[in-house]
Amino acid sequence: MSDFIQTSPARSLQNAAQDHFIAAEAPWSGLVRKGQTIRIEDSYGQQAIDTLFYRADDFSERYSNQDTMRMQGAAYIGIGTKIMSNEGNVMLTMTADSCGRHDTSAGACSCESNTVRFGHGTKYLHACRDNFVLEVSKHGMGKRDIVPNINFFMNVPIKPNGEMTIVDGISAPGDYVELIAEMDVLCVISNCPQINNPCNGFDPTPIRVLIWDGED
Amino acid sequence: MMHVRRSPEEIAANRARYEEHQKKGLEFAPKALPGPSPLPAPVIEAAAIIHQEIVPGGWYWSSKLLRGEAIRIDQGEGNSTVALVAWNAEDTSERINLVDTAKVQWTTALGKGRVIFSDMGRVMFSMIEDSSGAHDCLMGGSTAASNAAKYPGEKTRNTRDNLILAAVKLGLDKRDIPGILNLFAPVRLAEAGGFAWQGKRTNSGDYVELRAEMDMLVAFSNCPHPLDPDPTYQPKRVVITRYKAAIPAADDLCRTATAEAVRGFENNALMQA
Repeated sequence: MSDFIQTSPARSLQNAAQDHFIAAEAPWSGLVRKGQTIRIEDSYGQQAIDTLFYRADDFSERYSNQDTMRMQGAAYIGIGTKIMSNEGNVMLTMTADSCGRHDTSAGACSCESNTVRFGHGTKYLHACRDNFVLEVSKHGMGKRDIVPNINFFMNVPIKPNGEMTIVDGISAPGDYVELIAEMDVLCVISNCPQINNPCNGFDPTPIRVLIWDGED
Repeated sequence: MMHVRRSPEEIAANRARYEEHQKKGLEFAPKALPGPSPLPAPVIEAAAIIHQEIVPGGWYWSSKLLRGEAIRIDQGEGNSTVALVAWNAEDTSERINLVDTAKVQWTTALGKGRVIFSDMGRVMFSMIEDSSGAHDCLMGGSTAASNAAKYPGEKTRNTRDNLILAAVKLGLDKRDIPGILNLFAPVRLAEAGGFAWQGKRTNSGDYVELRAEMDMLVAFSNCPHPLDPDPTYQPKRVVITRYKAAIPAADDLCRTATAEAVRGFENNALMQA
C-alpha cells in the first residue's frame, strides 16, 4: 500500500477528524457533516469501492445514479460531478480524483445476480449487497433502501452501441477521490468482495477512508 | 494494515472463467437476437385483451400484471417516452433493477429478445416484441426542476412526481421507487461518456410488448424524456393494453437467447415451483 498523498495544506494525516481502514470485502458506514471532506483511498490499487449516500436526517432522500447521470449529462463520475439525491439535491461534490474512472451504471454485486452472471455455483459467495444490507440495517433500513450505487475506481466502459463490460481497473495504489459534503450524509461502503470479475483484479484489498472538517 | 493477497494461480483461474463468460455474453447473444419487430403492430385478438388504458400525455397509470399476461405499450402518435417501474406483487421489496439488467446481459441496449431483471436475480419481463430498439435504462426521468428549466413558465407534469403518485396509490412510498426504464428514448452514449439524443424519432406507431414472468405491480409515466429535443412540452397519449399472452414455447426466444436469461429463468422456476 502507498504513503499518504497530501492534496491541500489544510488536509494532513495528523489533522484528519476520522481515519478508518476497511478490510478487504468488509462494509463500513459513517456520518459526513456538511462542509467536511471525505477521501476514499484505494490503498492497494484496482479495488472497486461500492458506495451509497443517504441524507443524515431523512434516509428516504438518498443517492440517485440516474439523477446524477442526468444532471451532469454523462455516465461516468469525475472531478466536479455533483452527487445527486432522488430529490434533486446536491449531496456531495467531487473535488479531487487521482484515478479518472468511476462507474455508476453497473450497481453492486449480489448473491442473486451472481447466479445469473456467473452460474448458480457462485451463489454462496459474499457480495456487496449483503454488505449493504448488513450495514444499512444498523441504521434502521432494509433491502428496499438499497439503490444503485457509485462504484469508485471501477472501470465499466459503455460503447455507443450499448455494449457494457467490466474490465480491469486503472487505479494505482494510493489513488483517491475526495468529496465535499453539501449536506449531512450517511456514507455506506461495501469494499467489494467480488472475485468473479475484474472489478478488483480478482483480488479484493483493504481501503482507507479519511474525513476532514471544513476549512473555514 | 496487513493483508494477504490471493495467489496468482487463483487469480488466473478466476480471470479465465470471467473471460469465457464475457466472450459468450458479448459475442453470442447479439447474433441470436432478431432485430426490431415489424410495423405496423399486429392486432391483438379481442378475446385476449384484459384491459386497455389510454394514458394522456403527462399522466401516469399503474396496474397489476399476472405471470403469463403481457402488456403492449403503443406510442401511437409518436414522440412519447414511457417510463416504467415494477414490483413483485408478493414482495414489493423485489423490484425492477436496471443496473443488474444491463450488467448481466452485457449491454445497456434493450430490444426484442432481452429480459428485464429484478434485484433478486429473477426475470420480471421478457421483451417479446419491440419495434423501436431505442430505450434508455441510464438517465432516468424528468423532475419538477428539470421541467421548470426546460419549459420555463409552463405548467407541466413530470415523471418523478407521477411515479410517487403511482407508488403511493399502490400502498408504497417514495423509498420504493427504483431506477426507471425509459421506453422509446433513443439515447446513446459517446465514448467519453456524454449522452446524446439520436435525432428525431420517425416511427410513429412504435410499440413494445413485455410479458410478465412473475405477478407484478407495474407503473408507467408518460412524460417527455429529459433529452427530448422538442422545446415545447407536448407529450402525446399512449395506449397500454394488458392481454393474455401466448404460452411460451420450449424454444422461446427470450428464455433461451442467452446463458444469463436461462439462469434467470431457473431462478424464477425455484420461486414458482
